[in-house]
Amino acid sequence: MATDLNILIGGAAGQGVHAITGPLAKALVRHGCHVQVSQSYESRIRGGHLFNVIRVSDQPLLCPREGADILVALNQETVTLHQPEVSAAGIVIFDESQVKEAPSGVKSLALSPDTVLPETQAGDIAVNAGACGAILGLLQVPVDGLVALLEETFGGKGAEVVAWNREAARHGFEMGKAQGKSFSLAGVAKPPEPRLLISGHEALALGALAGGLTFICGYPMTPWTSLLNAVSLRAGRWQVVVEQAEDEIAAINMAIGASFAGARVMTGTAGGGFCLMTEGVGLAAMSETPVVVVVSQRPGPSTGLPTRTSQGDLGFVLHAGQDDFPRAVLAPGTPAQGYLVGAKALRLAEQYQTPVFILTDQYFADAQFTLTAQDFPALKAPQELPQGATGDKYLRYAPSEDGVSARRLPGEGMEIVVADSDEHTPDGHLTEDLAVRIKMHDKRLAKLKGLSREMGNLTTAGDPAAPLAIITWGSSYGPAAEAAARLGQNGTPAWLVHVSELWPFPGEAVTQALQGTKKLILLEANATGQLGRLLRQETGLKADQSILRYDGLPFTPEYILRGLKGEA
Amino acid sequence: MLPLDLYNSIEPAWCPGCGNFPMLKAFKKALAELEIRPENILVISGIGQSSKFPHYLRCNTFNGIHGRALPVATGARLANPNLKVVVTAGDGDQYGEGGNHLLAAFRRNPDLTLVIHNNQIYALTKGQASPTTDQGTKTLMQPAGVPYPPLHALALAVAQDCSWVGRGFAGDGEHLTGLYKQAMEHRGFALLEVLQPCVTFNRVNTFKWYQSRVYRVEEEPGYDPENELWAYQKAKEWGERIPLGVIFKKPRPIMEEAFPAMAKGPLGTWRLDRPVAELLKDFY
Repeated sequence: MATDLNILIGGAAGQGVHAITGPLAKALVRHGCHVQVSQSYESRIRGGHLFNVIRVSDQPLLCPREGADILVALNQETVTLHQPEVSAAGIVIFDESQVKEAPSGVKSLALSPDTVLPETQAGDIAVNAGACGAILGLLQVPVDGLVALLEETFGGKGAEVVAWNREAARHGFEMGKAQGKSFSLAGVAKPPEPRLLISGHEALALGALAGGLTFICGYPMTPWTSLLNAVSLRAGRWQVVVEQAEDEIAAINMAIGASFAGARVMTGTAGGGFCLMTEGVGLAAMSETPVVVVVSQRPGPSTGLPTRTSQGDLGFVLHAGQDDFPRAVLAPGTPAQGYLVGAKALRLAEQYQTPVFILTDQYFADAQFTLTAQDFPALKAPQELPQGATGDKYLRYAPSEDGVSARRLPGEGMEIVVADSDEHTPDGHLTEDLAVRIKMHDKRLAKLKGLSREMGNLTTAGDPAAPLAIITWGSSYGPAAEAAARLGQNGTPAWLVHVSELWPFPGEAVTQALQGTKKLILLEANATGQLGRLLRQETGLKADQSILRYDGLPFTPEYILRGLKGEA
Repeated sequence: MLPLDLYNSIEPAWCPGCGNFPMLKAFKKALAELEIRPENILVISGIGQSSKFPHYLRCNTFNGIHGRALPVATGARLANPNLKVVVTAGDGDQYGEGGNHLLAAFRRNPDLTLVIHNNQIYALTKGQASPTTDQGTKTLMQPAGVPYPPLHALALAVAQDCSWVGRGFAGDGEHLTGLYKQAMEHRGFALLEVLQPCVTFNRVNTFKWYQSRVYRVEEEPGYDPENELWAYQKAKEWGERIPLGVIFKKPRPIMEEAFPAMAKGPLGTWRLDRPVAELLKDFY
């Protein structure tokens, strides 16, 4: 029987929820466990209620699940809100200096600065490191790995802080161990190759770096910011020009200017910021300037729920901008796909000289998964940007069969490069010649043919012969895959089709994948079924049932299974 | 000096007598005298009559959208610090639609020149008030007269330590050529506002109106463009007398210096080596 435990750590913002989650998750990964971390937080810096869930198993994990086996409560609110979720064999570890009413009717372990590290000034450190140690004690995982990690993490804060962390972790470990053997991960074997813990946005950032990113700019907005941060942190080492723009309008125009002058660029935002960017999207398409725009979704409209998750901007991104133009829309389902998509988006933008979108969301951005280096294949070195003279007769928008004209960079040769947001002649100058307008519009749209050939990598799971199929997109892959697997284990085989390349829509591949389907379930995190509309528009297929979620939380396998029974 | 016909391009579609014509002539002369070849300069514009300027000049061109030329230019400078970059914008384009980008440019101090074609009117859309239209001016959209005073953009620039601030007049081509040259040779962000009469939609601020008010500020006693307080007073001077010339100079570190990676040259020429095994090291 597989071990599958949920550790829920909750408290007020600023209390140390992340200080517990980070070292504990990493210690468990290094021990050989599969770990999946998800975050739930409010839009405030101090106070409020936030919690992280570390799901830990001896088997690979694709998503979070509901419930708690170990609840770590740093304040009273966490006990009140989450004690009902604690499983029968579960335990509550609580900070008795903060929690006034000790949890009753459940196994519990009280910690406080005075019991973990008496007669020191360690304060929160005692409880945070003590709780990490106590959990390892409960799970019978050796504490030495955690101690080493705490020393790595807090080494810069002085010998006393390091000593407090070490002693608190060791003492907490003994306290946890003394609780008896309810859960055990002692039998987990060291994996043949080391595992890593990485979030969706971190993996996407690595893909962009591997794909040759040289310039990124943006304006801060949750949940996109973590991607910009992930690149910024590495910009010195890997040579990326990073600029914080004065607003989102500046961000997309700056990215376009940098791209025109030879940079391989990415910008991004969340839905609200993307409202500001849309005029720039049209500019990229009309001027045929490559740009990758990451739209990291959160519930809207308007400010909505700033720190929650959503898949509500698919329709917006498919249609943003004036009139018709070629674009590609990609939405990774896993960090491994995020890595590939990061590089592919840059390549597509450059090859087809048009805007390419990557849709992520708060869940994908923040959630961490356990992977190995195998999940990150070496990518082909990015194609060198065009160089050298074609003489002074160069035409930026020279007609071509596939709609793509040779690109040259201003100042890098004899060519005069003229780009325009007005309708223009092949040399780039503005025109009111309506026959030229038709030719140029057709030329741009011709790129859709090539782009279509680049799409169609579906991810599938489960039983292809099953009459029941689920179709979903983007970050809902993980919970959908686990739900399909659980259905199969319980005697109802199910087939999962996941679309990560949404535009140009891979209609043929999807139709083929759903050939044997008798009952089609649409699964996505918005209220009206935006993929469902796209599916119907492009293939004529109509879902028999929709399982939708728009409360701001990611899907869980439990939510999906309830939905299938009509209970969601 | 390079031959002037090197910069010839398509036929301009401006109104006959437009203040943009003498500006184009003065700008070509400045390029020729500085020996900046068409393939080595990038002129970036937004939307407005002034934004057609680069089309009528042989040069690398990016004609983008209304108000957004500065961010495009900032991106271009960050991608290729060898490019000579000039932005041509109108008063409505830059001071109205693109105001936030102007504030950001003052702070960043990118090494580029911003030329404002200030005709004190929206000409492309046929005569509405712009941020620089004088108070009381009657337009179709403001038949009772513009209710608000104009923006003193040059005073704002001085107050924000814009590293080079000047004003020219389309009716004084020789002086304007000199200002174009100084602005382009300045290391840092140069704001050159040019009084550019609109002969169709601005019947108040005509060539004659400007002619009777402008004077060359460098010929005045006490000329002191490195003195912030003097410069501020000159930047706000408007009405009976309007100063032309270099009003403020303040050497400052340029934006590009904040990016050590640029020492490797234009981003389009970088050879990248980013082995994935190395990228993954932070995550174990």
